[in-house]
Amino acid sequence: MKPNERSREGRDVTDADTMTPQPPTSSQALLQGRGLSMAFGPVEVLHAVDIDVIPGEVHAVLGENGAGKSTLLKLIGGFHAPTAGQIVMAGTPRTFRDSIEAEAAGIVMIHQELSLVPDLTVEENVFLGHEHHRFGFVDTRAQRRATRELLATLKTSIDVTRRVRQLSVSQAQMVEIAKAVSRDVRVLCMDEPTDVLTGRETEVLFELVRRLTADGVAILYVSHKLDEIKTIADRVTILRDGDKVGTFDIADLTPADMARRMVGRDVSDMYPERQSVADDASVALSLEGVTVPGYAEDVTLSLRRGEVLGVAGLVGAGRTELFEGVIGLRPKQGEVHKDGRAVRWRHPEDAKRDGVAYLTEDRKGKGLLLTKGLRENLTLAALERFARPFTDVRKERAALTDAVREFDVRVARLDVPAGALSGGNQQKLVLARIMLTDPDVVILDEPTRGIDVGTKRQIYFYVAELVAKGTAVVLISSELQELLGLAHRVVVMQDGTVTGIVTGDDINEETIMAYATGLRRDTVSTPNRLEVVDGAR
Amino acid sequence: MARVERAPRPVWREQLARVPWQQLTPLLGLVFLLVIGSMLHPAFLSQTNLFNVLTRSAFIGIIAVGGTFVIIAGGIDLSVGSMAAFLAGAMILLMNVLAGNDMAPLTIVLLGVGMVLVAGLLAGAANGLVITRGRIEAFIVTLGTLGIFRSLVTYLADGGTISLNFQVRAVYRPVFFDSFLGIPIPVWVFAIVAILGAILLHRTRFGRYVRAIGSNQEVARYASVRVERIRTLTYVIQGVCVAIAVILYVPRLGSASGSTGILWELEAIAAVIIGGTALKGGYGHIWGTVVGAIMLSLIGNVLNLTTAISEYLNGAVQGLIIIAAVFLQRGRSGR
Repeated sequence: MKPNERSREGRDVTDADTMTPQPPTSSQALLQGRGLSMAFGPVEVLHAVDIDVIPGEVHAVLGENGAGKSTLLKLIGGFHAPTAGQIVMAGTPRTFRDSIEAEAAGIVMIHQELSLVPDLTVEENVFLGHEHHRFGFVDTRAQRRATRELLATLKTSIDVTRRVRQLSVSQAQMVEIAKAVSRDVRVLCMDEPTDVLTGRETEVLFELVRRLTADGVAILYVSHKLDEIKTIADRVTILRDGDKVGTFDIADLTPADMARRMVGRDVSDMYPERQSVADDASVALSLEGVTVPGYAEDVTLSLRRGEVLGVAGLVGAGRTELFEGVIGLRPKQGEVHKDGRAVRWRHPEDAKRDGVAYLTEDRKGKGLLLTKGLRENLTLAALERFARPFTDVRKERAALTDAVREFDVRVARLDVPAGALSGGNQQKLVLARIMLTDPDVVILDEPTRGIDVGTKRQIYFYVAELVAKGTAVVLISSELQELLGLAHRVVVMQDGTVTGIVTGDDINEETIMAYATGLRRDTVSTPNRLEVVDGAR
Repeated sequence: MARVERAPRPVWREQLARVPWQQLTPLLGLVFLLVIGSMLHPAFLSQTNLFNVLTRSAFIGIIAVGGTFVIIAGGIDLSVGSMAAFLAGAMILLMNVLAGNDMAPLTIVLLGVGMVLVAGLLAGAANGLVITRGRIEAFIVTLGTLGIFRSLVTYLADGGTISLNFQVRAVYRPVFFDSFLGIPIPVWVFAIVAILGAILLHRTRFGRYVRAIGSNQEVARYASVRVERIRTLTYVIQGVCVAIAVILYVPRLGSASGSTGILWELEAIAAVIIGGTALKGGYGHIWGTVVGAIMLSLIGNVLNLTTAISEYLNGAVQGLIIIAAVFLQRGRSGR
């Protein structure tokens, strides 16, 4: 990955080139941020940003990772105090000492990281800190009833007596939203709310957003998904590197315009040119009748050198679990061949020795030691190279310097904990870690989840570089565009089984969705059929 | 002195600010105790007294070095005190049986030492395997083995005391009471165990993995670390450390009973925590544990030298110091 791929020269696309930003509408604003700045230590991450939010609007905040979106939201939500500037609520300047004071003023935040207590029930979570009382005791019955009603308005049927730990991520997200709505809310701040939601749940969320705005609630909406913003937002404020680029009416912008303003240059060339797989490329990895109990059943597929094999499917289709089973993170049955040799991987270390690396979809929970340094995180999977037998810190530092350069990790100092990096940079660090093991088969699970457009593009080009070198890549992704742009073939899974493998011109949204939802289903039993590769695409 | 005065103020201030005070808390506590002690009694800083303190801290200290690995990996071992009693009882019984067979006392001691090391290793491996293979909380498993080892030693001693054969004792005694190059042997052993432990924890893959597992087990597993194996090994190290402590303990009294090593587990955990290791795992260092163990025995020593506080309040003072130590270090890991 070259640092220049998202160069700073591109900055000459100015904001005023096609239209003028809207003047502030202070007279009708419900909430205003005036000259908000925020510094962490000596580093200012937000520079004098103005924003105004009108009742009943969906105001999107758009920007790359590290552009300051989450910081802006946290200032408004009372999680940080701004180092300069002012928050004005209905004409009155306010200083929130903490999020509780902001909530009391009607500003409620839905967090990027879920803030539910795993071991409390749904109902207990929704009313945590705002319990209904009766005769001095918590009125559980009233709370349950209210929670059921709330969830019904969200068109979600979740047993309110279940513990949050037992819920799926998307269910937990709906509970989080219900919790926010249960407060007397005037400004609802949502930080990437649809990242973990399925298509249907996103629809329900949008419906709810429309209902709330009809009641005069203002929504501050942070997302990376441009088409989503186009659908739901009324106005959009774009941030870049902590500066405000401008606030625009959504009707005046196409998604491409938004991306251009956000990145500071054209992003039409998001994907590298696809090279066809060599005709004589050997099969690197093949699965025959692989079953991961409870998640995936009788999966047969193969992957050739220099090929990107996309894996599509809805949330819960068993894609992650299948490949976790393959590399030995979960129990599995069936046969796996690496380079034509039957292998029995019982632990990721076995797979690593055979040159297979897996990038987890859960960057924060399973990818990084957030409180440990970048160096420790980078070398964790390949530590045997840096310890014979004693760990060679100097060699590790050199590897870190190299990785930061090669993967363009944007970090001011190398001695910060991994948790201090922005999402995109964290992802580059985990990617650098798995590449340090020198794999020739790389399984990438949602490699661009929750990261900005510029970093996504870097990762796409990196994948292209890998396959050009003959590495085989499995790309599990919920972003169809990504599969369309990169994959040579796409395996579609539904409910634990492979419903189809699409190649060539069949790689389009309609076909993939038809297989993913089970509308179409091929009987894929003969392995020979699966090895047909359409390299022409 | 004059040099310091002339130096530009901001420089030393900056340097002072860069010192990781929170990490040095255990060391500052130790210095504080030494100052108090030397003010209380002129003999406090004498070589004899200090070696006496160090010798007495060796048992807990050696066990606590093993405990540091267990705790950093996110585990806990409550069984070490009973394990020590059981190993001591078994070792003495074995040596007594061998002595009845007309064997040379030195051979008997060597056989006893070998047996106790193997037994400690096995006892630790048993703890570790039940915890990792059986997927049971370390607290529960070691609470169980605490009871098992304790009742086994009581059973072996038939409710009384197991005493070591006198001929063997004569050969074995110097291991605790003698000195080498002017330094008592237990102090040597403590130092060697601590240095080996520090190298293992801070300079090897194993040590890095221990810290990674304690920090986030899932991350370690996904980074292809053999989590179960590493965690089991921390308990094996703990068992071997207990065995080493027993090898030093048996020649001291020459006996073991059902009340041997009572509450050692809590003292060892206290030494680890005073030393700055996080009880929830992920972070810690051996030198802190060594300082923690020395501090615990210094407290008793200081209280012996003064009449201001009754030595019966030893436990209360230790308790306060543990809480104070953790209080002073709480800032590091953030909120």
